[in-house]
Amino acid sequence: MRELLWLVPALPLTGFLALAAGAGRLPRPAVGVVGVGSVGLSLLTALAIAADFAGPAAEGAVFRQPLWQWLAVGDVAVRFGLALDALSLTMILVVTGVGFLVHLYSLGFLAGQEGLNRFFAYMNLFVAAMLILVLADGLLLLYVGWEGVGLCSFLLIGFRYRDPATVRAARKAFVVTRVGDAGLVIGLILLVVSLGTLDIAALTEAAGTRWAAGDALPVAAAALLLAGAVGKSAQLPLQVWLPDAMAGPTPVSALIHAATMVTAGVYLIARMHGLFALAPPVQTAVAVIGAVTLLLAATGALAQTDIKRILAYSTISQIGYMVMALGVGAYGAAIFHLTTHAWFKALLFLAAGVVIRRLGDEHDVRGMGGLYRHLPGAFVAFLVGAASLAALPLITAGGWSKELILTQVWAAGGGGPFLWLAGTLGAFLTALYIFRAVFLVFFGPERTVPGGATPATMLAPLAVLAVLAVVGGAFPVPAFLAGSLPVPATGRAAGWLFGAIAFGLPLLGIYVAYEIYLRRRTAAAGRREAPVPARLFGLWQRGWGFDALYTAVAVRPVGWFVRVNRGDAADALATGATAAGTAGHRWLSRTQTGRLRWYAGALAGGTALVLAVAVLA
Amino acid sequence: MTPMPVMEGLLLAAALFVLGLLGVLVRRNILFMLMSLEIMLNAAGLAFVVAGARWGAPDGQAMFLIILAVAAAEVAVGLALALQLFRRTGTVDADAVAGLKG
Repeated sequence: MRELLWLVPALPLTGFLALAAGAGRLPRPAVGVVGVGSVGLSLLTALAIAADFAGPAAEGAVFRQPLWQWLAVGDVAVRFGLALDALSLTMILVVTGVGFLVHLYSLGFLAGQEGLNRFFAYMNLFVAAMLILVLADGLLLLYVGWEGVGLCSFLLIGFRYRDPATVRAARKAFVVTRVGDAGLVIGLILLVVSLGTLDIAALTEAAGTRWAAGDALPVAAAALLLAGAVGKSAQLPLQVWLPDAMAGPTPVSALIHAATMVTAGVYLIARMHGLFALAPPVQTAVAVIGAVTLLLAATGALAQTDIKRILAYSTISQIGYMVMALGVGAYGAAIFHLTTHAWFKALLFLAAGVVIRRLGDEHDVRGMGGLYRHLPGAFVAFLVGAASLAALPLITAGGWSKELILTQVWAAGGGGPFLWLAGTLGAFLTALYIFRAVFLVFFGPERTVPGGATPATMLAPLAVLAVLAVVGGAFPVPAFLAGSLPVPATGRAAGWLFGAIAFGLPLLGIYVAYEIYLRRRTAAAGRREAPVPARLFGLWQRGWGFDALYTAVAVRPVGWFVRVNRGDAADALATGATAAGTAGHRWLSRTQTGRLRWYAGALAGGTALVLAVAVLA
Repeated sequence: MTPMPVMEGLLLAAALFVLGLLGVLVRRNILFMLMSLEIMLNAAGLAFVVAGARWGAPDGQAMFLIILAVAAAEVAVGLALALQLFRRTGTVDADAVAGLKG
């Protein structure tokens, strides 16, 4: 079965090609069949491969499928090849699984809307690019997938391109991630120049033998890869694009901006763990970035009023957890949280999509309330997702994965009390902000009565994801991943007290949310919501003011430079040459008077001149 | 046969040539321009004949015959053009047709 690995990315790609070629000719049902079916077949293939691969005999095995020689320049030969190990198998199952459910959901979500063909074409291309990203056995192919998902993210955020705001959001997402991608490209160039290969396995081996831990080169390369990861995964300081990316359709937010693409940075760091192990300062930076991001984004989520922006900040925060875990070497825990997060966050987004759709495109949680009676399906789904996100202990998938991260952050050699404290505080804030959303949207007084009905294609994915968000913690993902990722060295033992704190804080957060947002209903009374100074709350609402900061330090100066350079100082040579040509043309064309006698005179004068030169010289 | 006065002959040719050239440049009537051209051609022919007589070579007279043929051809084309000019524009003023102004 594993020889069929190439089919996994090829099927969605074929779907994209078929949809792109059939644009405007395929009837709507056919578009749905092709769009959903290609990803469904890809999922089936991935499941079959998983059943074949994941046997106990294959522990730590890597299956490589070189497809063809891509390019060869000098000593550097780049293959177009796929590699399957425990990490990429986990990733393709998440991508095709969540991808299929979101595609199915989109059928109902986009019913009656224009652009269905375009939507599914982009979505299929996205799934194909994401699968190439996680299956690539070389960094160059990984980069192809990396840019492919970035392109699809741009296209899908700007899906409703007639609205200037969505186009602006799409452009912002593209430009901000590009900052990180530039770092990634430079990192790849640095690696290929110094090690002579881009094959991930060969590269890791060569780096381990040629470089010692802490050398300048591995530190620089790891830092550059980190820049790419930070941009793609919306971590500090490049997190500003993700909240705005919510301008895209909700299924896009669920698939690309929650479950898969934004976790590509986490995957990249986990995949290149051999390189990061040689760069201890960068490892520390990774952990600190994750910890700071998770706290800042969690407080940001607490102050948002747009339901999708709450979830976007939550995504940034949860990826912060994964990055923090990566930083202390808890790779298995990070990927475990990645998978559970993919389920429960996609579930939250899809449930929010039902609410938004049934309320007639209402995004503001202050305009919602008491919806649990009208939308029981969405309510149960959102509640399950929220419980899992809040890491409700024992009964949810998110509880298991977050608890594992916190334990390992405390215990790992690179971790420690400060990181653990950040994660624990973040867990409390997570429970607080997501149950704020639950109480504001589904409880309290009714403000808007939903209309219409929710089709079964939207409810079925919710049911599947809800089950996964509960029982997903039972999958032995960390043990499975131990085959391809190192297990962190434990320095400190985690006592029962820490377990109790990690278990108790989510419950405390839910209780506080209940007190503030449901029993006292400060939000409904029109006062500021959380018991914090108004100025700080405003800062949270603006995501700690990063947008204003970047406008001041980056956007304005660039705009100023563009205005100043409107005359194109750099192009002066080229424009000068054309200007000289034009002027010469004007000047010479003046001699073309059309008068015969002038021409005769010029002939005579010219002849006289030539003769004079010939005779006198 | 008395020797040919070369200097005088060439001076006469030059004078004729300049006269013809001035005629081409200052006359606007295309017929007079053609006539001036004839004078210039004949000036060149005269120079050839004088030079041929000076060196005792027949080439000068051969060149004059060629110039005669060229002049005849030029007059044929030139008069045809002048006729067309008059038919189309109703004038024989060469400056009146400056349609190829750049």
